[in-house]
Amino acid sequence: MIIEHLPALQVVLPLLAAPICFLIPNNRLAGLFSVLVTWVAFVISIALVMATQDGNELHYSFGGWEPPWGIEYTIDTLNSYVLLIVSGIAAVVFPYSMTSIKKEIPQSHHRLFFTSMLLCFAGLLGMTTTGDAFNLFVLLEISSLSSYTLISLGRDRRALTASFQYLIMGTIGATFILIGVGLLYALTGTLNMADLAMRISSIGESRTLQAAFTFLLVGFGLKLAMFPLHLWLPNAYAYAPSAVSAFIGATATKVAIYALLRFLFTIFGVEFSFEAMQVHWLLMPLAVMSIMFASIVAVFQDGIKKLLAYSSVAQIGYMLLGISLANATGLTATLLHLFNHALMKGGLFLILGAIAYTISSTRIDDVRGLGKAMPLTMAAFVVGALSLIGVPLTVGFISKWYLILATLEKGYWPLTVIILISSLIAVVYMWRVIEKAYFHPRPEGSPTASEAPMSLLLPAWLLISANVYFGINTDLSIGLASSAASMLMGGPN
Amino acid sequence: MGLMPDDLIVLALAIPLFTAAGVFLASSWPNLREGITLLGSVLLFFTVIALLPDVLAGERPSLQLAEILPGLNISFTIEPLGMLFATVAATLWPINSLYSFGYMRGNNEGNQTRFYLFFAIALSSVMGIAFAGNLITLFVFYELITLSTYPLVTHAGHAKARDAGRIYLGLLISTSIGLLLPAIIWVWYLTGTTDFVAGGILKDHINGPLLTLLAVMFIFGIGKAAVMPVHKWLPAAMVAPTPVSALLHAVAVVKAGVFSVVKVIAYIFGLEILKDAPGIDWLLGAACFTVVVASIVALQQDNLKRRLAYSTIGQLSYVVMGALILAPLSMVGAALHIVVHAFGKITLFFAAGAIYTASKKAEVSQLNGIAKRMPSTMAAFSIGALSMIALPPVAGFLSKWYLLLGASQEQQYMAMAVIVLSTLLTAGYFVPIIYAAYLKDEDAVQKRDHGEAPLLMVIALSFTACATVLLFFFPELPLALAQAVGVVTP
Amino acid sequence: MISLELYNYWVVIFLMMAGFYILIASDHLIKKVIGLNIFQTSVFMLYISMGKVSDGTAPIAVEGVSNYSNPLPHVLILTAIVVGIATTSLALALVIRIKEAYGTVQEDEILVMDQNADHGTSSEGPVHEQKLPKADKQ
Repeated sequence: MIIEHLPALQVVLPLLAAPICFLIPNNRLAGLFSVLVTWVAFVISIALVMATQDGNELHYSFGGWEPPWGIEYTIDTLNSYVLLIVSGIAAVVFPYSMTSIKKEIPQSHHRLFFTSMLLCFAGLLGMTTTGDAFNLFVLLEISSLSSYTLISLGRDRRALTASFQYLIMGTIGATFILIGVGLLYALTGTLNMADLAMRISSIGESRTLQAAFTFLLVGFGLKLAMFPLHLWLPNAYAYAPSAVSAFIGATATKVAIYALLRFLFTIFGVEFSFEAMQVHWLLMPLAVMSIMFASIVAVFQDGIKKLLAYSSVAQIGYMLLGISLANATGLTATLLHLFNHALMKGGLFLILGAIAYTISSTRIDDVRGLGKAMPLTMAAFVVGALSLIGVPLTVGFISKWYLILATLEKGYWPLTVIILISSLIAVVYMWRVIEKAYFHPRPEGSPTASEAPMSLLLPAWLLISANVYFGINTDLSIGLASSAASMLMGGPN
Repeated sequence: MGLMPDDLIVLALAIPLFTAAGVFLASSWPNLREGITLLGSVLLFFTVIALLPDVLAGERPSLQLAEILPGLNISFTIEPLGMLFATVAATLWPINSLYSFGYMRGNNEGNQTRFYLFFAIALSSVMGIAFAGNLITLFVFYELITLSTYPLVTHAGHAKARDAGRIYLGLLISTSIGLLLPAIIWVWYLTGTTDFVAGGILKDHINGPLLTLLAVMFIFGIGKAAVMPVHKWLPAAMVAPTPVSALLHAVAVVKAGVFSVVKVIAYIFGLEILKDAPGIDWLLGAACFTVVVASIVALQQDNLKRRLAYSTIGQLSYVVMGALILAPLSMVGAALHIVVHAFGKITLFFAAGAIYTASKKAEVSQLNGIAKRMPSTMAAFSIGALSMIALPPVAGFLSKWYLLLGASQEQQYMAMAVIVLSTLLTAGYFVPIIYAAYLKDEDAVQKRDHGEAPLLMVIALSFTACATVLLFFFPELPLALAQAVGVVTP
Repeated sequence: MISLELYNYWVVIFLMMAGFYILIASDHLIKKVIGLNIFQTSVFMLYISMGKVSDGTAPIAVEGVSNYSNPLPHVLILTAIVVGIATTSLALALVIRIKEAYGTVQEDEILVMDQNADHGTSSEGPVHEQKLPKADKQ
């Protein structure tokens, strides 16, 4: 049966496709090829979601080496859900990038761009699929290295410094993860996640275990831009090419959150993470600070991409807040927000790409009057903004509803207040853009703007309408998120 | 008609949306565009009217559109209060459309397509809020109203309009997300439902100070009810073209606010449990305070539209007050006041807009002797003013009568005193206008020589003025609906 | 008491801190890369030390020897070294491009240049376009 091989195929396919893509002599063919790969990957992830829907797990051992000796790929409800998010976003962003890079990246680099995108994609899928702690590190580095390259392709020279800064911070994070994994290995003699989970639960109190936990927490904290380790993120998102901002912004931090969840819940176990280490008392204040701090900073940005980047930091705060509540509803909220935030940020960054394509700028002052000049684009932006704010009938509302419910269940009503305040701040920063676009005339002497090409608008609208669709029909997202959450709360397996 | 009530609900929501789409498509042909608006508004009127007999007969047509979370539906149920509100809005939309044609063309306003487009969307949201079957549906359409009226408020596009738009959006969104939404989530958390049920759903779920807190969150969270201190958006919204002020900020939007308040008190809390809430009188006090203070502020406004706006704030709090007196009779008064005030206030705004269109005058102090030039307009204005003051034979008398009855039944002497006091104050700010218009001599220097406003506008304002008088003599229909509000049906 | 038998762990910690310090304290981008390398190397040594079994020989199957060091950490660290090299080369490539675009590799100077650009016009307008080298010549 092919289904047995799907877990491996999910990762191996884009990984092998990357060098092939580099060898294709024609830019356009290379683009089409990579698009095809992402679509196949998307189909595979749908098949995986369906296969794991009723709590089944799929296992695949590489090279026939049985776990815990060989590398094992495991698919359960949680990671099939994350795979769906990553490959779904890729399947939309890749076709989009074929047009968007025309104006942002020189012709000669298009093939390299697609190659790096595929590598990054493969790395992210791999991190999600793998059941081996060290393999996770390797795939993390594959995705990170390719994303450094992708970010440095931005037009402005600040893309280079942003990329370098990200490289330094990212490598420190990855090395911390490496140390953590090493300590775990020293302690247990295994790298297989399921095996690790079993052995750790029988260890009891151990200084090494605590050190490993801390290193991993900080390492993933860096990768997912947890406050105050988020400094690399705003510049990286702001100066990267639009398609890259959309892809990385919608997926990379999500996968890092997934990995953190995997370690906290599956490997270390709820008992150790939340009772012995009291990790929620660390995560909660940090989450609150990232929500408040990043939201406020977002208000004062004059570039829309940076504004959205800071808003991403705040949204990551929501996800961490959900984790720190340590109940099933909170976890569901986090997982839901993985999905929902990917939709809204992905959509919004794609729209910004369309704006950048047309007027070569994404400064707030430069979008003046675009409401009339680019009605379809700006209408999509408004819908995306509403979703980010959390207006009902959009996905943003669903996430917030669950998050607020989780805080109420715990009785932490001040957190409820904070979530609401940050939603209001989101109104402020998103409305600055909308007001400029609709109620200011085009500045004199600015180039005439007309609607962006369909090849950009269509993907953007696809994600934006998904914001509304999944805000009304929540069976899929909530069903998957809540079953994954209950799996995590139930401990390993 | 062979249509089922369910279909009619969908139609009531969809007709304005189709109108909006039609307006958008016909943007290059103004006459066609206006024709579509008029057609849509008339169709909506008949749709809503077609629902009336069922509701009067005690039916509660309902419809579920989507289930966004388990137990959390977008659904619609028509009960008397919503029917009343929808009827008022649907009746006034065609008239207001006629008036708009005259106003927008008479003043050469720009962006007319956007204006009619969002007007239609706002009307669809009003239908949604009127027919909402639960709190979450109400919230969705509540926000939609805010968002769809924002472009109308900032219509002029200049810096002043944008600032006003910011206040408008800022206050309405922040109160709704900051207070109303958590209140809704709280209700859901307590009861597992947000459905509107006659007699309330909160019994046995909450009591004591928390109950009062929840009530406070609802009353102030529904910023559109403009209970002080969340009233600032309403004067700010007056920068909008007058047809917007007339239908939306005297009828649709503000009534959506007080409608929601009444609905929440009657169908979520229920009168019984609120009576035991500690300190609930303070909330009534806030409404009374708003009535008095808004009237005093209105006295000092020279700008006619701002004076009307503050008058609206005061009148809205009558409705809140009526609901918070917690007597069935005052509830009838509150529901009736929604109707009565709508007809009266829209007449006043129509008149203010007519004066502005004909003479470009916007200040009260400029109106000396204007009745000679604009007799029909000022006659209508006087009728509207009488209705505000609540003198018979004008409709305003009816609702105040019920409010007073309810208050005396519950021995709420403060409320009674406030009603009497504010009646005097209302007379205080309207009578001088009428006096000046009819009895003072015109200023010698006139900027422009003018007569009556465009015919369409005069027709519209005469119609609403007549309706205000007729409502006094034939109040059966609204009264029947108002008396059924919150009554538990078997 | 702290045993000197585990001295290699002390070396690891010393290298780690030294590398980390250079990484944070230096403004010179190349020095940062060097610091990063030292930092990573310390972790490699940590892994290799872990694999050492006392009195064990190299993990090669030879008759008469039953005590081997653990080969797995060695294998792992080979992979990590490869990753490290990739990171270093990418970092150096970026430094070259930064030098081309800014004319300096001092982080403080770059920061000042970027801030000046911000004050001038914008943060996201394409003020200073970077020139990408031709890829086809490779």
